[in-house]
Amino acid sequence: MARHSLQRLLGLIPTLLMLITVAFLLMRVAPGGPFDSDKLLPPDIEANLNAKYHLDESLPQQYFRYLGQVAVLDFGPSIQYKDWTVRELIAQGIPVSSTIGLAAMLLAFVLGTTLGITAALKQNTRADYLLMGVGMLGISIPNFVIAPILILLLAVYAGWLPAGGWDWGIASMVLPVVTLSLPVTAYIARLTRASMIEVMHSNFIRSARAKGLPESLIIRRHALRPALLPVISFLGPATAAMISGSVVIERIFSIPGLGSYFVQGALNRDYTLVMGVVIFYGVAIIVLNFLVDLVYAWLNPRVRYDQNR
Amino acid sequence: MNPLRHPLLLSVLALLLSACGNDDGRTTPGRDRHPKPVDLMITDYGRPDPSVLAAEQELHRDNGDEPQTLDPHLAEGFPAAHILRDLFEGLTAEAPNGRIIPGAAIRWNISRDGKTYTFYLRRDALWSNGDPVTAEDFVYGLRRSANPATASAYAQVLLPIANAAEVLAGDLPPEELGVTALDEFTLQINMRDPTPYFLAVLNHSSTYPVHRASEEEFGPAFSRPGNLVSNGAYVLDGWAIRSRIDLVKNENYWDAENVIIEKVHYYPFEDQSTALKRFRRGRLHWTSEVPVNQFMWLMRHYPEELVISPWLGAYFFGFNLEREPFIENPELRLALALTLDRDLLTEKVTQFGELPSYNLVPPGITDYVSPLPEWAEWTQQERNAEAQRLYAEAGYSEDNPLTIEIRYTNGKNNKKMALAAASLWKQVLGVQATLLNEEYKVFLQNRERRILTQVFQAGWISDYADAYSFLNLFRSGHGSNFYGYSNDMYDSLLDEIAAERIPSRRRRLMFEAERLLLEDMPFIPVYSYVTKRMVNPRLKGWESNVMDHHYSKHMFFLKAASEAYQLRRAAEKLQKEQQEDNDAAATGAGAGEQTPLSEGENIPPAEQTETSGDPDQAASALPEGEAEPQPDDESAGSSGL
Repeated sequence: MARHSLQRLLGLIPTLLMLITVAFLLMRVAPGGPFDSDKLLPPDIEANLNAKYHLDESLPQQYFRYLGQVAVLDFGPSIQYKDWTVRELIAQGIPVSSTIGLAAMLLAFVLGTTLGITAALKQNTRADYLLMGVGMLGISIPNFVIAPILILLLAVYAGWLPAGGWDWGIASMVLPVVTLSLPVTAYIARLTRASMIEVMHSNFIRSARAKGLPESLIIRRHALRPALLPVISFLGPATAAMISGSVVIERIFSIPGLGSYFVQGALNRDYTLVMGVVIFYGVAIIVLNFLVDLVYAWLNPRVRYDQNR
Repeated sequence: MNPLRHPLLLSVLALLLSACGNDDGRTTPGRDRHPKPVDLMITDYGRPDPSVLAAEQELHRDNGDEPQTLDPHLAEGFPAAHILRDLFEGLTAEAPNGRIIPGAAIRWNISRDGKTYTFYLRRDALWSNGDPVTAEDFVYGLRRSANPATASAYAQVLLPIANAAEVLAGDLPPEELGVTALDEFTLQINMRDPTPYFLAVLNHSSTYPVHRASEEEFGPAFSRPGNLVSNGAYVLDGWAIRSRIDLVKNENYWDAENVIIEKVHYYPFEDQSTALKRFRRGRLHWTSEVPVNQFMWLMRHYPEELVISPWLGAYFFGFNLEREPFIENPELRLALALTLDRDLLTEKVTQFGELPSYNLVPPGITDYVSPLPEWAEWTQQERNAEAQRLYAEAGYSEDNPLTIEIRYTNGKNNKKMALAAASLWKQVLGVQATLLNEEYKVFLQNRERRILTQVFQAGWISDYADAYSFLNLFRSGHGSNFYGYSNDMYDSLLDEIAAERIPSRRRRLMFEAERLLLEDMPFIPVYSYVTKRMVNPRLKGWESNVMDHHYSKHMFFLKAASEAYQLRRAAEKLQKEQQEDNDAAATGAGAGEQTPLSEGENIPPAEQTETSGDPDQAASALPEGEAEPQPDDESAGSSGL
């Protein structure tokens, strides 16, 4: 197990190198630069700005300079947010985005699996249809529709919750977390329902029933674990996506998370900021997938790593 | 069936609810969170009487976006400029109406040739840490701003200063900049050109002084809370990135006794609907904008809070004169310009009272009135008839229509404007126009290169109130001349304007230049911008101005009228109760129930008719309208377009 973990972690390096290279090139290929705006800069001033951010060097020079910086975890200054370094911006965004992301994920997981299992056990009843109908709505109504409605109802009309903004208070987290978790909840519920139904029809459950075990025990001890497997493998990338922030949610609720750094950074051609968040996202996906694999192995005896080596 | 039992129905209901909106303006939720103020009383000193001021003077301002920096010399964009005006003070400052008044300099002399400015600084001006503000601080600031190592994107406003161009190009050291401290409180600035608008430039953040000792100690981090030493009415107190920036009153400011707002909080709400909802919730006093397309709804529900006023910016379409079909074809360009029904466009597309425009320079610049082309006086039918004649003369017809591409980028009303223009051209002339939406930076690049463009969206918001700033965009070889316009006569007029120091002659030259430009028609004027925002009716002291500069130090909160009313009513009630115990219900008509709010907000009963507001905030008639705020907003955060 330890050897496997080490291998996986070493595998991170070439993957990241690849990621950095591709992202670096893509950003530079995009038309325009960070200093283009409505008000055109006189050439001398633009030259001064390029010199300050080393954009006057050749592309390979810039690339290797950047690699050297990343090796010592220096992501450079942000070109757009001039008072802060990329590391500071990301360090400030991570707690915000991961708080919302993890809370939403937890909510989605608990609620989604519960609903999914309930629906599966009452397959083809009214409850099942209702739950899955609502689930379908949850997946198909985009969160930029749900969010303003929730704000209007709960913040503007009822006055219970703030209408956007972020102060680390529970009240300011409720709406974003709920909105963010809705589609994931619905997705997990459908995933759980499908696999639960499949498991409940499999042979080992039938034999458990034949042995006369009580239904509740069958579900808890035999059906639950295999039924959750597909959900677990969905969890890795989903969590990575959630903790790296959602642009839509952040914009609507005015939350200072990581999500808008991706979009604003790319739109503004803030090269250093985009590279920083890309690297963060890459590391998050790799690490979380690795964790998911560990959980997977624990849940599913058919996948154990060190047995046959 | 109880719909509350069925989540599906409930969500459908919620959707319907928000789609239909609320028909009765008087019951708008959130209305009572903006109680009417008492009448303003002014003392002999021109400041509000303390008896009408609210107890709490804490201002929450929406700033539209996160400022890129609070280093005054690196700052660009409106969000930073708004905050920096509160933090710093230049040699000159502005009155609430935008008029240039003495700032850190109490008076100044301008030499007869307009090339030497001598500023006499206030002797009582202090930095927020107590150090005196001296002429050396301004010298240091201006040199830093022009220094190539600082890499200021806005240093171009310094170009009229002697040697500034050479310093920026790195040909001369920053010490050679034409700025000298004659003594501790006297500053001399030598100019390359006489620049009549220079006093307004000295109010721009690029010319602010910086506190040398702290700048040298903290380096790039000098503009962070705790480090930043400033000379304006406020000091930086906190900065939560992309959440909030807090300022507190600078007790060392020379005019601190007249600064009433104690604390200012700036919020970077990128989404105008969010800002509006927070405003309706009573948690914002000032928004940077309002969501597009909600004019009717806002006028109906918040007629007193919605503030719309002209802004020194122009929206227009440009022609690429280096590409067919617009080379050497002013008649065709005029035909297209004539066809745009500006009244229709401003009424239906922009909707917020934008002013139809027939020339380049927007109204609002003191001492300058733009020329109007002859056709500005015509009716739209006459314009259309003339346009059809010109179009046919240029060789186009139904069988041989003009085909063009209109390029635009995301944001606000750009798409609708391009669509409307295309359909008007099609309807009146039969032009086949293709719309091309391009990502912002791609659009900028294409526009600048002038290889692909034909007709494109353009606009300009000036940093200082001077017509030259607009006219200069069309100088041949100028970076922002996306039109490929080149006219020797026009260029020499611009040169004359730059060298002219007599205001009346300069005005005449600018008029002449603009008239020439309107004859050549390298662009299509469409409308001039307005600023539109929600302002709490109790917030006073500010005035609408074309620059949209609003200093927190001028503002103050009035008491709510209902506060005074409540006191009076309580006294009356007590009296009546004493008189006849049985009939307590006969007291004050129309006072609503007090609704306690969850977060400790104390809302007085909304008494809409009892008091009259400030006279210049007269409520307009409520037009009929529809639509609840939509979860709309395609607008990206980009400014300027």
